[in-house]
Amino acid sequence: MRYSGFRVIKEALTGHRGWGPAWRDPDPKPEYDYIIIGGGGHGLATAYYLAKEYKQSRIAVLEKGWIGSGNVGRNTTIVRSNYLLDGNEPFYEFSLKLWEGLEQDLNYNAMMSQRGIINLMHSDAQRDAYIRRGNAMILNGADAQLLDQKQVLEKYPFLNVKSARFPVMGGLLQARAGTARHDAVAWGYARAADQRGVDIIQNCEVTGFRIEGSRIRGVETSRGYIGAKKVGACVAGSSSKVMAYAGMHLPIESHVLQAFVTEGLKPVLPGVITYGAGHFYCSQSDKGGLVFGGNIDGYNSYAQRGNLPMVEDVMEEAIAMFPMLGRARLLRSWGGIMDMSMDGTPIIDKTHIDGLYFNGGWCYGGFKATPASGFVYAHLLATDTPHDTATAFRLDRFHTGHMIDEKGMGNQPNLH
Amino acid sequence: MIINHPLLGPRDSSEFVYLGDARLLNRPDWQADNALEQFIDYGHTRENPAGLHRELWYHEQGDRSWLVVTRNTVTHEITQVELARDVARTGGRSK
Ligand SMILES: Cc1cc2nc3c(=O)[nH]c(=O)nc-3n(C[C@H](O)[C@H](O)[C@H](O)COP(=O)(O)OP(=O)(O)OC[C@H]3O[C@@H](n4cnc5c(N)ncnc54)[C@H](O)[C@@H]3O)c2cc1C
Repeated sequence: MRYSGFRVIKEALTGHRGWGPAWRDPDPKPEYDYIIIGGGGHGLATAYYLAKEYKQSRIAVLEKGWIGSGNVGRNTTIVRSNYLLDGNEPFYEFSLKLWEGLEQDLNYNAMMSQRGIINLMHSDAQRDAYIRRGNAMILNGADAQLLDQKQVLEKYPFLNVKSARFPVMGGLLQARAGTARHDAVAWGYARAADQRGVDIIQNCEVTGFRIEGSRIRGVETSRGYIGAKKVGACVAGSSSKVMAYAGMHLPIESHVLQAFVTEGLKPVLPGVITYGAGHFYCSQSDKGGLVFGGNIDGYNSYAQRGNLPMVEDVMEEAIAMFPMLGRARLLRSWGGIMDMSMDGTPIIDKTHIDGLYFNGGWCYGGFKATPASGFVYAHLLATDTPHDTATAFRLDRFHTGHMIDEKGMGNQPNLH
Repeated sequence: MIINHPLLGPRDSSEFVYLGDARLLNRPDWQADNALEQFIDYGHTRENPAGLHRELWYHEQGDRSWLVVTRNTVTHEITQVELARDVARTGGRSK
């Protein structure tokens, strides 16, 4: 079924009896050409582009819970391509271009809203760094604009720009950046993949790999053995756990990141804004809640919930930046498990086992990458060669010394 | 999280800085034939278990000692806290 304005009117007049489920609920078949492990944004996008762009068939996505139960349904929904390094920026800009056409492509309202992101700057050194980053973005075909204090105040008159310690001197604006409705992205990809014949199999946990010689044959799951010619893991925070079934140790630590939402407020925040003197980012959802977050808690965790010191830290940053927030009440907080890599950059590569591929290490920036991650991973799975925009995301870069360390923090995952 | 410091008693985890897997205490032998491989592995690969994890915490805002904390990464429950010095000595190191 195609969704359209006409359809909405027709259903409204006939009691909404014609909608039906957005995707099937099939039982696993004994064998597939491609198995994607993980029904998050990246797994579903991979399956979709495999079917659509690379004309492959006999594809299944295996998800241990329900689709969207992982980070794709927990993130703060910021979509942007404001990176500095050559290994990263072309990939994220490719992603942003895919976001721009996503809803038409999927025939699904993902509420993609290009409301702009401003990274605030608070020192001369930060201004220099932002100019450099903005230029790198422009060189890679993205958009960037340096704003002075007055221009920032025009958009956000309530900002505490005169703070003695961290005055706001201006900001780096990417006008094409914005937010998208995270669950709708998962559902939109799921529906579009299903329409192209992909089997989305929920409540199906992968518990092991069947490997003969150096070749993958299939996966063991909580719903029995399923054969496959190629298997792509795409399990974000569970990467180390799943790849250990193939005897691999990864350059990844799992950490918890929390997010917060206030009660619904009238429109106050027209775009996305980030604090340059700490780590804090905020936007307002279409329902009115201010959605924000800060740093990871900083210790290895698979708990999907964080602790209070980071809650306090995030609130302090919020108030430092917008004193007016002090009157808003916090509605909810939650956590997700981040696959923090050793250089803060993802990995999309083959493994030492023929037919087994790995996609992970997204740290806390993987939502914006969803379309491109799916596209380039599908490219790798279908052609066994990396996509042009993803040649640097190699698993062996820690051996060859080609790390992509956007923040220059070194091999300390909790600092990226 | 409360870390029960062996010398100072229960302290809030926010007084500490987290480094990571306690395996980092054991630097590879730089004279080994495969020292390069060992150091790449030491610097970059992690077990990252879901469950019990032995990890290094530094009491920066306290007595500045390094601790080896055994903590469950699924529940955040801390079951053992040792001075890293004692752990290293038991492992045969002189300091
Ligand atoms: C609080 C928070 C805020 C964030 N904010 C942003 C942001 O503003 N912008 C941004 O770009 N990114 C953000 N991120 C990061 C982003 O959400 C993730 O990097 C991205 O969603 C990861 O890819 P995914 O969607 O495929 O992961 P997930 O949705 O986690 O998908 C992985 C799936 O694999 C499944 N799985 C795991 N093990 C198995 C198994 N053995 N068998 C079968 N299935 C399995 C899981 O159940 C899960 O559904 C944020 C993350 C969090 C937690």
